[in-house]
Amino acid sequence: MLGYALKRLLIAIPTLLAISAVIFFILALSPSNPLGDLATNPAITPEVRENIRRSLGLDQSIPIRYLKWTLALFTGNLGYSFASRLPVSELIAQRLPTTLWIIGVAYVLSVALALPLGIVAALKRDSWVDRTITTLAFMGFSTPTFFSGLVLIILFSVRLGWLPFIYDSTLVVRDIASLGQLLKQSIMPITVLVLFQTAVLMRFIRAAMLDEIPQNYVKTAQAKGLTRWRIVTRHMLRNALIPVITLVALDVPTIFTGSLVTEQVFRVPGIGALLVDSIYRGDTPVVMAIAFIYAVLVVAFSLVADLLYGVVDPRVRHG
Amino acid sequence: MVSEEGWAELLTLRPPVEGRSRPWWQQDYFAIGAFALLGAIVLAVSLGPWLYSVSPTTINFTQALQPPSLQHPLGTNDLGQDQLARLLVGGRISLTVSAAAMAVSIGVGIFVGALAGFCGGWVDGLLMRMTDLFLALPQLPLVLLVIYLFGEPVRDALGPERGIFFLVVLVIGGLNWMSVARLVRAGFLALKQRSFVQAAVALGANSWQLVGRHLLPNVFGLVTVAATLAMGNALLAESTLSFLGLGFPPDVPTWGRMLYDAQNYIESAPYLVLGPGLAIFLTVLSVNTLGDRLRDRLDPTNR
Repeated sequence: MLGYALKRLLIAIPTLLAISAVIFFILALSPSNPLGDLATNPAITPEVRENIRRSLGLDQSIPIRYLKWTLALFTGNLGYSFASRLPVSELIAQRLPTTLWIIGVAYVLSVALALPLGIVAALKRDSWVDRTITTLAFMGFSTPTFFSGLVLIILFSVRLGWLPFIYDSTLVVRDIASLGQLLKQSIMPITVLVLFQTAVLMRFIRAAMLDEIPQNYVKTAQAKGLTRWRIVTRHMLRNALIPVITLVALDVPTIFTGSLVTEQVFRVPGIGALLVDSIYRGDTPVVMAIAFIYAVLVVAFSLVADLLYGVVDPRVRHG
Repeated sequence: MVSEEGWAELLTLRPPVEGRSRPWWQQDYFAIGAFALLGAIVLAVSLGPWLYSVSPTTINFTQALQPPSLQHPLGTNDLGQDQLARLLVGGRISLTVSAAAMAVSIGVGIFVGALAGFCGGWVDGLLMRMTDLFLALPQLPLVLLVIYLFGEPVRDALGPERGIFFLVVLVIGGLNWMSVARLVRAGFLALKQRSFVQAAVALGANSWQLVGRHLLPNVFGLVTVAATLAMGNALLAESTLSFLGLGFPPDVPTWGRMLYDAQNYIESAPYLVLGPGLAIFLTVLSVNTLGDRLRDRLDPTNR
């Protein structure tokens, strides 16, 4: 297992390097000025501008800049924000907990919902239960999150007035009341993500279970007289989960980018909102850093998927 | 669900379709519904602006934020512009962008997949590593990054509307070709083993004839499915961009842009959300349904 893990880890590094190269060269080849508003701001003297250019390494050739940029990235130095003069890492650290809270809860809930729904739909294939579940799932993943978010706001904030439609970022959890408030303002962003993600995951799980139904070991288990429950949980699910675990891990980055939209709808101050705001402000270091963080997430979770694959499936580990 | 490769193999190996009692459109009500809905949307968007003669651009502040009425079936926005007229015109842009982006991704996908599948060897290895790399890129953040960095210069060079059109189409298409490439490659690899292809080789067919006559026509089914699904993806991507306020300029009413504008008036004028939101939802839903049904039809393991 250790050898397998090391091998996977070694494959992840070149991928990460390649992605950082892609992101860097998009920036380097872009004809627009990476200094953004700073380049035209009359309040900044040419010397200061030159210093900023040099601190960004813009006076050097592209290969050297790339080397320096990646080295800085891997040591955690993400540079300074143009807009707030704060280190980018600090800005991101401020925003990350909110994003992780929303996404984490949403993901756990969607897995918890999708698992039973997918299993039931597969076992009752072509019955009305299956049709209802698959139709709903189909509608779920065809609904853009910005539309479902706005509809929820209209229903529960504007019409019914039950939930606040703007996420209060200054809220500090001190007691039960403020905890309740935090939960209340998180309900809608989480629901939107859950609706979409459950639909996607449920389809994976249903398909994986359907692949197991015609297998011979299921017939053997039935012939042995095992109960239906035992066949499903002990035999089929264990096999069906092999592809599902991979897909679940590979799907984590999608929910991060999905939260980019949700954060915008509900004004949740997470890193997705920070990315969009930084684009409006022309804050290049922050935009670059967040784009790279998303890339790291994709690579990290595909690594997790590979490792889990090795854990649940001995054939992969030894083969 | 069969894996991508397995599915491609099964599909290309399938025997000629035996006589079926009824054609598929008489059996599958979902597909008929989706097809009819999509047809209606395309028809409304292409003919609508002629039939519905209210101007989508005339600003009239005395008519601002009117709820739906006979005069304005979907109400008016904050500038007093008629929402239905904007919806019809905006649909043309949204659908054109997604169709063009789909064409780009299919084009690139077929090219890469065909090259990799036909040549094999190091070409295949290189192209597939490239495909894997593209699959590992974070799509939405990267689209945002490219629009952010290239938006201004492209706008200056080609004009605000045309510039952003090309940019959006290229970026969305350029990040969505990977599944097509893998399907085409898998299809080619499976087909190359078939005796009719080997017969063509033995009879002295050159590479162009092999690809053009024997291989490409046989992966057409795969490409149709991928194209349908790519169209839905592209429409979602374009609306997301516009919804974040980073797509077309404000005076171009794409569906996503209309939602972006509507969210500021969500308390006073919630009806502004429903028109464009439903338009996106129904289009994506019907496109996805068609793609899904098409895949089921073509997948022999599903019969």
